[in-house]
Amino acid sequence: MSAVSPFRVVAAGALALLVAFLALPVVAIFVEQSPGELIGALDDPGALDALWLSLQTSLAAVVILVVVGTPAAWLLATRRFRGHALLVTVLELPLVLPPAVAGIALLACFSADGLLPTGNLLVLQTAGVIVALTFVAAPFYLRAAQAAFESVDRSWLDASRTLGAGEARTFARIAIPAALPGLIAGVALGWGRALGEFGATLMFAGSFRGITQTAPLAIYERFGTDFTGALALSAVLIVLSAALLLTVKSGVARLGTR
Amino acid sequence: MRANKLGAALAIASLGLTGCGGDALEGKRPELRVGAATSLKSALTEYAGAFGQAGVRLSFAGSDELTAQAASGAPIDVLLVADPGLLDRAGAIEARTVFATNALVIAVPAGSDEVRSYRDLSRPGIRVASGSQRSPIGRYTRRFLDALPAPERAAIARNIRTEEPDAAGVVGKVTVKAVDAGIVYASDVTTSQGRLEAIPIPGDLGPGVAYGAAVLRRTSHPDEARAFVAGLRGQAGTAALQRAGLQRP
Repeated sequence: MSAVSPFRVVAAGALALLVAFLALPVVAIFVEQSPGELIGALDDPGALDALWLSLQTSLAAVVILVVVGTPAAWLLATRRFRGHALLVTVLELPLVLPPAVAGIALLACFSADGLLPTGNLLVLQTAGVIVALTFVAAPFYLRAAQAAFESVDRSWLDASRTLGAGEARTFARIAIPAALPGLIAGVALGWGRALGEFGATLMFAGSFRGITQTAPLAIYERFGTDFTGALALSAVLIVLSAALLLTVKSGVARLGTR
Repeated sequence: MRANKLGAALAIASLGLTGCGGDALEGKRPELRVGAATSLKSALTEYAGAFGQAGVRLSFAGSDELTAQAASGAPIDVLLVADPGLLDRAGAIEARTVFATNALVIAVPAGSDEVRSYRDLSRPGIRVASGSQRSPIGRYTRRFLDALPAPERAAIARNIRTEEPDAAGVVGKVTVKAVDAGIVYASDVTTSQGRLEAIPIPGDLGPGVAYGAAVLRRTSHPDEARAFVAGLRGQAGTAALQRAGLQRP
């Protein structure tokens, strides 16, 4: 029987530290108030409006990402062309931008004096929330989708073409099913990011109940005056996000064993 | 969740860790940590820079947010907020003082003539930004609106497009012309570097806006903290506050 190596002990210690560090603050949200108080604080039409708006706008952003992002990621994964690396970097930029910078950038682009004035179409409108969410969540989906397509076995795609299928058919019938677990994981990441978006939304779309005030904005508004309400909404967002992650993971696992 | 935990963490980080008794060492100036309403930024930066009795570390945020941070134990010695009533919720404090007043105005983008009087706010199609009713600027705005006849109040309410968490948010939305007008403090327009113009609200409609100061009891530099607050009403403090568009109480 071999002794446990010192490295294994160190690694286990690091893991334990990390779990405690990442999980404790989340647990604290549920422990700070009794469940009864949390549920009571949700009896607030403003909070429910915010949750509902968050679900609608984040879902809309995800649908846009899947429809536009999937073929784009396919192209990036299967073709190499001049400026490919630069293009990928541009698409990944929102990943490293502070959300406030994303908000300023969207304003500089779409506001009345902006590069591409949109009048009253986006700024301070629900459509503007969707734009902000799509902007910040896009790289999460694109990266996952590109990686998923890149890992599809080339010989399947070649075989499909040899048998006379065009690129569209190969994409739809071979590439998407083969890349599905990765695509779904990308949806989960992008959706999670969209659900949590705060800074870009506040700067670009403002905060108005039922129109632009998403759940994170409602939490921020309550922070100063209604801490229990802020905790309750936070708890709901945690449960939603965790459910999203779990659903996706179990779905991907099922696909993997199919 | 992100907002409040991050906010508190950032506040604590930006206020810095205390020198754990390092002040007792000879020749070391104590450092005061002052949490102040965002609308005091330009006045306070000037006043604190010239304050001789201690180094001053300023942290700006919305008044409600600051109060919540102070109540939850953030390292703050002096709290300056845009509503003296808030100080009751800041935890254990010494006597509070009112050190400045401000006025509520309608801010419009410089050169714009969509809105020329508060009466224009109720015109259909005018877009208005206000503070959230959970912030001091929003509560003052609410008092102004409540002083109007009901139909006018309802018409303005219909024109409000965003309820920002603080006055700075309202200023931002007017500056980028996302709205035609916003209701903010007079000092916000003074310090906007010419980007905004102020339309006064008639005296009988405008609520009195007062800034309250308090020294937190847990401070380890009570003398310097009290001197900092007292100095706000002295010559240097008054001059800095007036340059930023604030008034003597």
